[in-house]
Amino acid sequence: MFTFTPQNLQKIEALKSRYPSPNALALPLLWMVQEQEGTISLEAMEAAAPFCDLPPIELYRIATFYTMFKLAPTGRHHIQLCKTLSCALCGKAEILAHLQERLGIGVGEMTPDGRFSLEQVECLGSCGTAPVMQINDVNFENLTPKKIDEILKALS
Amino acid sequence: MRDARIVSRRFELPQSHTLEVARAHGAYTRLSEAFDKTPSELIEIIDQSGLRGKGGGGAGAGEKWKLMLPHDPRPKYLAVNCDESEPGTFKDRQIITKDPHLLIEGIILTCYAIGARAAYIYIRGEYRAHQQILQAAIDEAEAAGLLHVKGAPLLITVHRGAGAYICGEKSALLESMEGKRGHPRLKPKQKECEWYFGNPTLVNNVETIASVPFILYEGAAAYRSFGTEKSPGTLLFALSGHVQRPGVYEAEFGTSMMAYIEHFGGGIRKGKKLKAVIPGGASTAVLTAQEALEACLDYESMQSLYSALGTGGMIVMDEDTDMVLALKNLLEFYRHESCGQCTPCREGTGLADTLLSRVLEGHGNTGDIDKLLELASTMDGQTICVFAPAVAIVIRGFLLKFRSEFEARMHA
Ligand SMILES: Cc1cc2nc3c(=O)[nH]c(=O)nc-3n(C[C@H](O)[C@H](O)[C@H](O)COP(=O)(O)O)c2cc1C
Ligand code: SF4
Ligand code: FES
Repeated sequence: MFTFTPQNLQKIEALKSRYPSPNALALPLLWMVQEQEGTISLEAMEAAAPFCDLPPIELYRIATFYTMFKLAPTGRHHIQLCKTLSCALCGKAEILAHLQERLGIGVGEMTPDGRFSLEQVECLGSCGTAPVMQINDVNFENLTPKKIDEILKALS
Repeated sequence: MRDARIVSRRFELPQSHTLEVARAHGAYTRLSEAFDKTPSELIEIIDQSGLRGKGGGGAGAGEKWKLMLPHDPRPKYLAVNCDESEPGTFKDRQIITKDPHLLIEGIILTCYAIGARAAYIYIRGEYRAHQQILQAAIDEAEAAGLLHVKGAPLLITVHRGAGAYICGEKSALLESMEGKRGHPRLKPKQKECEWYFGNPTLVNNVETIASVPFILYEGAAAYRSFGTEKSPGTLLFALSGHVQRPGVYEAEFGTSMMAYIEHFGGGIRKGKKLKAVIPGGASTAVLTAQEALEACLDYESMQSLYSALGTGGMIVMDEDTDMVLALKNLLEFYRHESCGQCTPCREGTGLADTLLSRVLEGHGNTGDIDKLLELASTMDGQTICVFAPAVAIVIRGFLLKFRSEFEARMHA
């Protein structure tokens, strides 16, 4: 059974007073679920729905619209490489090839030990320091193959 | 080039994001001067200054503030747009990490002027670390007793998005903040404010709000002493792609594009020649090198070149750039980001991308260029928001200005 942690329950109460309607809590609640569980399950959406006064199906519709909400598990280190124009102009292809070679997986795949998964995403808003990737919540900018090696080593 | 730093004035100071440093360099010290004036006087100053929205549309800020129904009994809201998802744009993140207190001060002043007692900052989900710096600054300002408008408490709440370009469109942003999918709303026929849960609401970009303190303290004329008649003031223009020193650099409107690229960006990388510049974020029409030579960084000049100033985020491409691949890259972006409500947009972005894929796989023929142009026309019509018309502009720009590169890929 999914339940919010006591800290999150407190956070929810505090947030409610900041919005004109509890419906506004939909995204914050889904973020809290994802932070607690890693992914967002149907069961958790059912448990969260009453807090924002929406039917669970509405939360499901929202969770499937926004690309950062995870309905399926990813690797412990979820690598999201930006593929949009400024990064593409500054060597994204080379970085992707290097990542694939080092990890032994393709885009949309996960290493068998569940440590890494690899995804390509659209512009991360860091075009001035291209090429760029995010691992979970952390940005890595001005990437080079050598820098990739160092980053992966530090995560092992 | 004349130094023109209004928004980036404190960016270079060590620890510029802290309350202590911001305050020591003027933050929050002149609020009472503004509170001594009436809200309508402040709106008049903003209107006189000619401040234009810096989120891409360039709407007159004063005109928008005047739509906020001063005598309406419902609560009013300010929504600050920090979705920053237009490819080539990365300026708002400089403000929230280098001088978040400038934004907070702008929010306080704006809320006083429009009669709001609650403000939301809608921030793209990927800006996690940046959000933490912004939140810490809000907490610091709150603890210091600064979050009020003339004594009445002001709530500032950061609302995190979750990965959807379209949520930068102002009505989609408000839908998202209401706990829905980010679907843009149908536009009303008459000019009116935005609505958040049925309450009058103002949506402005981060940089627009960050420009407010300077204007209200120094006056409209001081702001107009920068820029041009129709494009007063400054913008945090940005450079990415094939330049020596990519980054965000504030300049006054009216600056020559090539002078800007040379002065701040150090010119084109590796001594190469320029081929093209996308002037204001991905969704503005690409300029050839020849056009870039003539271009000035202001609304009038971009319009005369049938492009747009947009967000001021320039994507610079050198002589080796494959324009077919560049367009393919952007079409993939738009296909992925269409919210899917309107058929011409949902289907058109997919078809255009698929068509160009076929060309790149070697199955293109000369008729495909016209097919793509026809698709662009179908997207340029009746859609709920300007996303689809922008895609049409992007397609036309590439095909018409770099036609020979596309033709070279066609077989029959
Ligand atoms: C598809 C689309 C995406 C947009 N993305 C952004 C954005 O990321 N940030 C932003 O400030 N404005 C964005 N806008 C413009 C907003 O709709 C709105 O005009 C702006 O936030 C208003 O603030 P301003 O007048 O201060 O620029 C976007 C518009 C469209 C049509
Ligand atoms: S034009 Fe495209 S993005 Fe805009 S509302 Fe229609 S489908 Fe959505
Ligand atoms: S294009 Fe990669 S961060 Fe913008």
